[in-house]
This record gives sequence, structure tokens and C-alpha cells, in this order.
Amino acid sequence: MLRSTVLPLVDEGALGFRGEDQQPMDDLSELSRDLIAVRDSRDRAAFGRLFDHFAPRLKAMMLRGGLRDGTAEDVVQDVMLAVWHKAGQFDPHRADAAGWIYGIARNRRIDMARRRPLAQPDEMPEIESLEPDAAQIIALQQEARHLADALARLAPEQAEALRAAYFDDIPHSRISEMTGLPLGTIKSRIRLGLERLRHELRTIAP
Amino acid sequence: MISIHHHIPDDMLDAYRAGTLPHAFGVVVAAHLSLCDQCRAGQEAGDMIGGALLQHAEGATLRPDARDRMMTALDAPPPPPPLRASGPFPSAVMHELGGRPPRWRMLGGGIRQQILTADREGSLRLLYIPPGKAVPEHGHRGHELTLVLQGSFSDSGGNFHRGDVEVAHADIHHQPVAGRDEPCICLAATDAPLRFHALIPRLLQPIFRI
Repeated sequence: MLRSTVLPLVDEGALGFRGEDQQPMDDLSELSRDLIAVRDSRDRAAFGRLFDHFAPRLKAMMLRGGLRDGTAEDVVQDVMLAVWHKAGQFDPHRADAAGWIYGIARNRRIDMARRRPLAQPDEMPEIESLEPDAAQIIALQQEARHLADALARLAPEQAEALRAAYFDDIPHSRISEMTGLPLGTIKSRIRLGLERLRHELRTIAP
Repeated sequence: MISIHHHIPDDMLDAYRAGTLPHAFGVVVAAHLSLCDQCRAGQEAGDMIGGALLQHAEGATLRPDARDRMMTALDAPPPPPPLRASGPFPSAVMHELGGRPPRWRMLGGGIRQQILTADREGSLRLLYIPPGKAVPEHGHRGHELTLVLQGSFSDSGGNFHRGDVEVAHADIHHQPVAGRDEPCICLAATDAPLRFHALIPRLLQPIFRI
């Protein structure tokens, strides 16, 4: 079954993939391939490439969150070390490399600000136990690519609202306080941004 | 696959994502996400958007030794894994239980509870209700979030099975009754102490801390 994880974006089967004659690895982004190499063979060179790509971006994310330079640098080390240790849980059916690593970074940033760590859901089962479903992996990875393209075409205020809600992970009520805009306006900008993404992803899908 | 009909409200999922929920509610949300693929996929979808924005972000300059420091750190032993789910209890609940089975205290009428945390932020407890039994009618000062871990219960809000969450607000007075098939085990969080209507439970409230 092809499950669209990002949003109810694409109808099942609409992408026209036939799983059995596709090689999912060919369709993965280089980053997701590197993450799978870390997962399956503890590949240090692949991890080095992930570090080179993500570490400066993660540092920028932490600096945006108000951390000082030295702390941001330490948090990036923690996040990437967690990527190395938790790689066994990376499942390309459910996430691309950027989304999965972002999730780890988001939790780390949250725990920096809390008295006790945020309770976490059960870990996903280790990936060996699942049959890879090529169609789903390809669809999810394509969605991730299209999502990134579509984000670049959003109206600035929609992009900014999504950035505050999904990248800085600021609660909607707090965005409203910070911007002085009514909560309803914030929510509708986020909703419009998501709608627009959904529409873009439909029209891009081959 | 269990089918779940009562989910965590969106506002609360947003607050969980942002890390602003009090601890007791955070545990209930984490436990629900462990059982509810729909809500979990929603959280992962948020991370996909976050990941796409991360890809767009302009990187900050790292310190010159950052990469060497990183590659050296890979040789350290990994941290211990989180406690695993056990029986009806998801990993987040096992963590609150300290990895041990519950140590129930009798509340009367066959109902048992274990307080997991109780402080000014609110309380978190496990409740055990024998088949067909009712929890004394109670109201709340704040919100109460109740997740079914085993069996089922019903009240004026509907029927709740494993994975379902009931959200009760300050103005709701409810009297949950456990299903007849098996004992019902719930995880309940409040952001204020409960108040009972019958005189005796109210007098006992400070002792039982419910």
C-alpha cells in the first residue's frame, strides 16, 4: 500500500509507479542513500558527507533558536552523534534524510529548554524486520523533493508562517504574540501555505 | 492494527511539537503517538516540512575543528536505549514506572491507582478499573487527558478503547464506567488536582492526591 505521509497530497497510485520493476535506491536522494549506508554498514565516509551537508544548516537552526555560538556548535555535535547511533531506525518509507534528521534536532532543541526531557513515543522497529516497499519509498522521496521545490514558490508571508510553525516550531499563539497579528490570521496563513503546497504537489506529480 | 477514534486535539499536538506541554500531558501524547499511526504520521509530516526548510536554510560557519571532533566522537559507546514498551505500557509509561510493573494502591470499589508524578504543574497516574465498575463522578479544575491502555470505558463523551484519548475540560462532570470484558487500565493526566462531588472522596483527595 502506498501511504502518502507528507500530507494527503497524492492519490494512491496517481504517481503510476509499479514497485516491482523500480530500484528504490536509484530514486533516493544522495543524502538518504548516505544515511542508509551509515545504517547498514556504519559507513564513516557517508557519515562525513552527511555532516558536511547538515551540520552548518543545523547550526543555523540552533542560532535562529537563540543559542550562543559555542552552545549551538555543541548541540550540532550531539544531534549528528545521535544520527550516527540511531541510524538503525531510519526508515525511508516514513521519512527522507532531511526530515528524519530535522526531527532529531527539533527534539534536542526542545530538551535544551525543558526542565525534564520531553517524553518520546516508542522507537520504530529496526528496519531489517520490514520488507521494503519500493513504490512507497519512491513516492515519499519524490514528495520530499517536490515539497522543497514548492516551498520556494510560496508567497513570502505564507513561507514565513510555515517557517515559524515548522522550522522554528513556535506555537501558533506565540507567533501571534511575536508578530502582533491575530491568532486567526496566523492559523489561516499556515493553512493557506499548506493548501498551496498540497496543490503544487498535485500539479507537479507526473 | 487497532482502530482509534478519539485523538489528541491539534492544538495539543502543536504544543507537544513545540515542547511547551507540561510533563504529564507530554507523557500521554507520547503514549498516544506510540499507538496511533495517524497522529504519528502527522508529526512526521511536520518534520518533513521542517526538513525541507532545513535544506533551504543558509548554513552557518562551523568551527575549524568541528569535523575532526565529530569523527573522533563516533568511537564512543552508544548511550543506553530507552526502556522498551511492555504489556499494555508504551515506552514513555515504562519510563515513568522506572521499568517496573505498576505498584497499585487500592482506592476502594476495586479501583486501583498509581501516581506517577504530582506537582504544581499537574498530575499523572495509572488507573485500574475492574470490569463494569465506575470511577466516582468527578469534575476538574483544569484539563484532564485520559488515554486507554487496556480494555475500554464509556461515559457521556462516548466509548473509549485502547489508544483512544478523552479530553475533559473544567466544565465537564463525567463518570467513566469500564467495559465488561476485561479490566480497564488508563493513563490520566491533569493540569490541576481533581475534585470529587461525593463528600468522602473529596476529604480523601489530599491523601490520594487525585
